[in-house]
Amino acid sequence: MKQSRSLNIILGIYVVLVFAFVFAPIVFSMIFSFNSQRFPTIPLGEFSTEWYEKVLADPDIWKAARNSLIVSCSTALIATFLGFCTAYSDFRYNFRFKGAYLALILLPPTIPLIIMALAMLAWLSKIGMSGQLYSIIIAHSVLTAPFAMAVIRLRLNQMDPDLESASWNLGASEWQTMRHVIIPFCKPAIFSSLFLTAAVSFDEFAVSWFVSGLNSTLPVVVLEIVQGNIDPQVNAIGTFVFLTSITLVVLAQLFFASRQMKGMQS
Amino acid sequence: MTKPLVVFNKVQKHFDDFVAVKELDFEIREGEFLAIMGPSGCGKTTTLRMLAGLEAPSVGEIRLNDRVMNDVPPHERDTPLVWQSLALFPFLTARENVEFGLKMRGVDKAERKERAIKWLDKMGILEFENRHISTLSGGQKQRVALARSLVMEPQILLLDEPLSALDAHLVIRMQAVLTDLQRELGITFVYVTHSQSEAFAMADRVIIMGKGEIGQIGTPKEIYRAPANQFVAEFVGRNNILAGKVKSVDGDTACIATPSGEFTVPTNEVQLTQGHEASFVISADLVHIALEEPDGGNRAYCKLISEEFVGSMVTLFLEDAQGHEFKVQMQERELSNFDLHSGDEIWLSWDTQSAHVLNES
Repeated sequence: MKQSRSLNIILGIYVVLVFAFVFAPIVFSMIFSFNSQRFPTIPLGEFSTEWYEKVLADPDIWKAARNSLIVSCSTALIATFLGFCTAYSDFRYNFRFKGAYLALILLPPTIPLIIMALAMLAWLSKIGMSGQLYSIIIAHSVLTAPFAMAVIRLRLNQMDPDLESASWNLGASEWQTMRHVIIPFCKPAIFSSLFLTAAVSFDEFAVSWFVSGLNSTLPVVVLEIVQGNIDPQVNAIGTFVFLTSITLVVLAQLFFASRQMKGMQS
Repeated sequence: MTKPLVVFNKVQKHFDDFVAVKELDFEIREGEFLAIMGPSGCGKTTTLRMLAGLEAPSVGEIRLNDRVMNDVPPHERDTPLVWQSLALFPFLTARENVEFGLKMRGVDKAERKERAIKWLDKMGILEFENRHISTLSGGQKQRVALARSLVMEPQILLLDEPLSALDAHLVIRMQAVLTDLQRELGITFVYVTHSQSEAFAMADRVIIMGKGEIGQIGTPKEIYRAPANQFVAEFVGRNNILAGKVKSVDGDTACIATPSGEFTVPTNEVQLTQGHEASFVISADLVHIALEEPDGGNRAYCKLISEEFVGSMVTLFLEDAQGHEFKVQMQERELSNFDLHSGDEIWLSWDTQSAHVLNES
C-alpha cells in the first residue's frame, strides 16, 4: 500500500514534468506576447497588448489569417470526404490488392514533410497549378486525408455489418442506406475528422511555404517575420494559432471520446 | 391444402469453391410457421438470406407469390428479417427504429408515428418509445426488432435465430409471444434455428437441414417419431439407433440382426431386402425397463451407466454387452419404483410398432 502510494506520487510528478516540458515553450510564448519589452528576457517588463494591436493593424496578417481559414476549412471538407470514401470502400468491399491500397493511402504522413513539399511544388508547377490558394488546399488534402480515413475507419469497424443489410431489408436503397444509416452512424467520427484535419492544415508550415507563392498562410507569415528580425508579434500570432489548433483538436477529441462512451447518441 | 407462398426450385448456392446449399426443393405454405433447423454451417441461414434477397441463388429459382425473385434487390422485396444480432440502429430511438422501414417506403410522418406506436404498444414496449437502443434490455430490444419488421405488415416474416442471445427464461416467454403473434396475424413465419426445442415448440412444420441439403420435412411429431434417415435421427437426439443386416422379411414386418441381437421391426414403406444393411430407431421414451427378463419380443440386457434429470423427466444411459449405447426416457416418479444404481443390469424392451426403419441416407 505504502509502496504503491509513493509510486503514484513519482508517476504523478513524472506526468507533470512531461506536460511542463511540452507546454512550457508555448506558455512562455503566450506570456511574452503580453510583455512590453521587445526581447524575451526575464525580468518581464509591463503588461501590454501592444503586439496584438500591431498584429491586428497589419493587413498582411489579416490576409494570411483569411487564407489560413479558407485553406483549413476547405481541406477539412475535402480530406474528410476522401477519408470517408476510402474508409467505406475498405469496410464494404473486398478486392485484390486491398492491403496495398490501404498502405498507399496511409503513406503520405510517413513521407518527410520537406520531401512531400518539394514534390508537391515540382508537380503543381509542372501542371501550372502552383502558387495559388487552391495549391495549398490540394497539398493539405493529400496530407490530411489519411487522418480522416483512420478516424472514420475506426468508427466503421464498430458497426454491426448486419446494419446495412437490415436497412436494405427494410426497403432502403443503397443511397438511402448511406444517408440514413452509414452517415448517421459515422457522424461523431466525421466531426472528429473535420476538426482534426482542419487543425493539421491550420498550423502546417513546410508544404504551405513551398506551394503557397504569394498567398501565405499564418505559419508562413510567422516565419517571414522571424527571418527579418526579432519581433514579439510572432508571439501574439503564435498564441492565436495555438489556441485555434488546440480548440480544434479538443473538439475532435470530444467527439471521439463521446462516441466511445455514449457512442449511441446521435 | 393451402397454396404455396414461396417455392424453392432446385436452388443451389456456391461461394467460390464452397457449396453452402447443395440443392433445395421445397415449398412454404401461406400462413404456416416453418422452422428450418440444422447444425451450424448446414446452409439454413444462407437459405433465409436468399429468400430476403441478400444472397442470390447460384442455380435454380425462388418464387414468391408466383413471381421469380432471383434478381429482385432486397429493398424491393417485402420480406423483413429479424436478425440474430437484432441489427437495430443504435443512433435512433426505439420508435425511430420501428418507423425506419415506413420512412424508406415514403409513408408520411403522421401515419408513420401512428403505426409505430401501435406496434410498440402491441409488443408491450410503448413506454420505451423515446429511449435509445443502448439503454434497453435484451428482451426489450427483441421486441423492438420484431415491431420494426412487423410494422411493414408483410406477408412473410423471416427470423434468423432471434432468441439465441436471450436468457433461458426469456426464450420461453418470447416463444409464446411469437406463436401468439403468428396465430393472430396469420402471416407466414420462417424461423431459422439450431435449437430443437425452439423449432418443435413453435413450428407447424420443420425442415431439418444438414450439409446444404434437406434431411427431412415434416411436422415436429413426424420428425420425432419417424426420422427419415440416420442424419435426422442423430440430430433429433434421444433416439436409439440400431444397425444390422436384414435376416428375413415377413409381410409388413422384418427381422434385423444386429450385434446387439435380433429385432423385429415394421417395414413401413421402406423396401427391405434380405441380406442388405438396414438401420432403425426407437425413441428413447418408447423403451420400457424391467428387472426380470420379459417374455419374447424385442429386448436387450443392459448395464446402467448414468442418469440425467431434466425436471420431472429422466434419461437413462445404458450399454449392452457389445458396448452399444441405449437411451431410455421416462418420468422420474416411474423410475423411483425401481431402485437403480449405476452398474445395475436391467432389461429393456419395446413394442415392434415403436421401431422405425430408416431410409438409406
